[in-house]
Amino acid sequence: MAFVQNFPFISILMSLFAGPISSVLNKKWAKRLNIFVIVFVGIMSASVLGFVLGTGQEYIYVMGHFAAPWGNEIRIGILEAAMALFFCVVMFLCVIGGVLEREREIEETKHNLYYIMVNLLLCSLLALIYTNDIFTAYVFVEINTISACGLIMIRQSGRTIEASMRYMIMSLLGSGLFLLGICFLYSLTGHLLMSNIKEQVALLQAAGEYHIPLLTAICLMSVGLAIKSALYPFHTWLPDAYGYSTLSSAAILSSLVSKGYIFLLIKIFYRVIGFDIIRESKVINVLFVFGIAGMIMGSVNAIRENSIQRMIAYSSVAQIGYIYMGFGLGTTAGIIASVYHILSHAATKSLLFMAASGISDASAKSKNFFDLTGAGYRNRLAGVAFTVGSLSMVGFPMFSGFISKILFAQAAWGNRNKILIAVVALAISTILNAVYFLKTVIRIYTPEKEEIVINKGFQDVTISEQPSKSVAMICLVALNLFLGLFSEPVVMLIERGLEMFA
Amino acid sequence: MNFGNILLNYEEAVAMILFGIGFSNLLMQKNLIKKIVGMNIMDTSMYLFLALKGYIVGRKAPIVVDGIQSVEAYINPIPSGLVLTGIVVSVSVTALMLALTIRLYNRYHTLDLDEISTRLKEEGL
Repeated sequence: MAFVQNFPFISILMSLFAGPISSVLNKKWAKRLNIFVIVFVGIMSASVLGFVLGTGQEYIYVMGHFAAPWGNEIRIGILEAAMALFFCVVMFLCVIGGVLEREREIEETKHNLYYIMVNLLLCSLLALIYTNDIFTAYVFVEINTISACGLIMIRQSGRTIEASMRYMIMSLLGSGLFLLGICFLYSLTGHLLMSNIKEQVALLQAAGEYHIPLLTAICLMSVGLAIKSALYPFHTWLPDAYGYSTLSSAAILSSLVSKGYIFLLIKIFYRVIGFDIIRESKVINVLFVFGIAGMIMGSVNAIRENSIQRMIAYSSVAQIGYIYMGFGLGTTAGIIASVYHILSHAATKSLLFMAASGISDASAKSKNFFDLTGAGYRNRLAGVAFTVGSLSMVGFPMFSGFISKILFAQAAWGNRNKILIAVVALAISTILNAVYFLKTVIRIYTPEKEEIVINKGFQDVTISEQPSKSVAMICLVALNLFLGLFSEPVVMLIERGLEMFA
Repeated sequence: MNFGNILLNYEEAVAMILFGIGFSNLLMQKNLIKKIVGMNIMDTSMYLFLALKGYIVGRKAPIVVDGIQSVEAYINPIPSGLVLTGIVVSVSVTALMLALTIRLYNRYHTLDLDEISTRLKEEGL
């Protein structure tokens, strides 16, 4: 066994232990430890990715000394390693980008608590990505929820506490359903390891037995994870949670937390149940309908919003809708498009949150849409970054959003029954996206009258005033361009990863 | 559909009814404490379900006594392990929810989530 093969386990363990250690450190050292852990885990994930690409085969890492049907194990393939690397990169940029906001918005003595939450979140995301045991996945889903709740309420105000309460309630409903689904599946198959469950499910399907309980289990797990990742009718907690939390939290929550659950759902589709059975079960049709509804209603709500941060939050609802629509197409191409959109949305949404906070810094910290007039001139980098993010979301060529829209459209071609609905919904949603994003871009590049700028105390913001946020924005713009311009190797990687998945 | 099976497996049916009660309480109650109670009912119903799935009639708890190591003598231990893990999760989540409730109560002197939302809108933060 090569030494590299230990890295996934080490990275989970390292981020897990960094959490409690942060609790006894002061603010400065907790931050350093956190940055170190994220960077180190990123490097380890990169080398794991290199290793798996080299051997071209996934491998199983046994946790403890018990072999397959009894013990716990993690399984590492191309897609897992790539996702872990990508999550680390985005999380690193989100954490360094929000330093100034955290200084301003978090109480002095509570900074190290924030880093505990970030470390635990990273740990749970890594565990969700790698684990091959469905009950372990449930436990880490809960850890993910609790640490995300901590990230929301670290900024102490009535709004954030209420938002985290609502978030917890919806999440608990979701995890209740998910746990019930796991219990059903366990009592049907007698296994908890994903590969063993899949064998038994295939046998059950071949024998034509227990059709309804199996269907129920699939429904429960899909709906549970859909609630947790804020699919359209269950999105009510989302705008408050993203809209009032501190910048790093909003960026991390929108780009990583919900994506962790979606990745787990893909894993369940491919590895636990088998994609053919999922396709026959018609559950994906339900996801398709709600995905389409989310794509349109999320954008409509975003248009009606006056606060820029809440507008971006509502746009997340629409983008989650895209991802579920990709599932709903029921083809491998659809899943590839969804996975690509996970990457593209994570890179773009964190960029948009950073840029929005940058332009509101140039407007006396106001998040109101009408105060942002001309902010693109007062904070040039944030203005450019916001424009890039908006164009990417709308689907302008060169940026990542364009590629994911193309992939969705191509995937829709593979499903004759749904092509019309999918393509029309894509078109409508793109127009709606353009309405609210380009409206904002035009607003920030409309010059403001001199006396209003002086009256309201708007000040220019230079790059040197916000070095870390600027670096994060530049890196995210570069990431966006990379995903947009060099999409072929990325899509190849996802394709090979999904093949390994099955 | 064969409704005789429901009578035969009435324990599981009870677990599912409890799940429904807990779920709808967590979703629809306005009072935060009642929501938390609903959540606990929901989780407990799941433990009941798991415990039933692990139980085999006429066998004992999986603790080796008198040197009997035969598999035939004991019930399935895995669901019991899952129940223990589930209890840990549920306790921590309940603690977090209660802490949040205390925070909200200290701020707004009410446990009604809708009223808290209305007050937040009035504050206009």
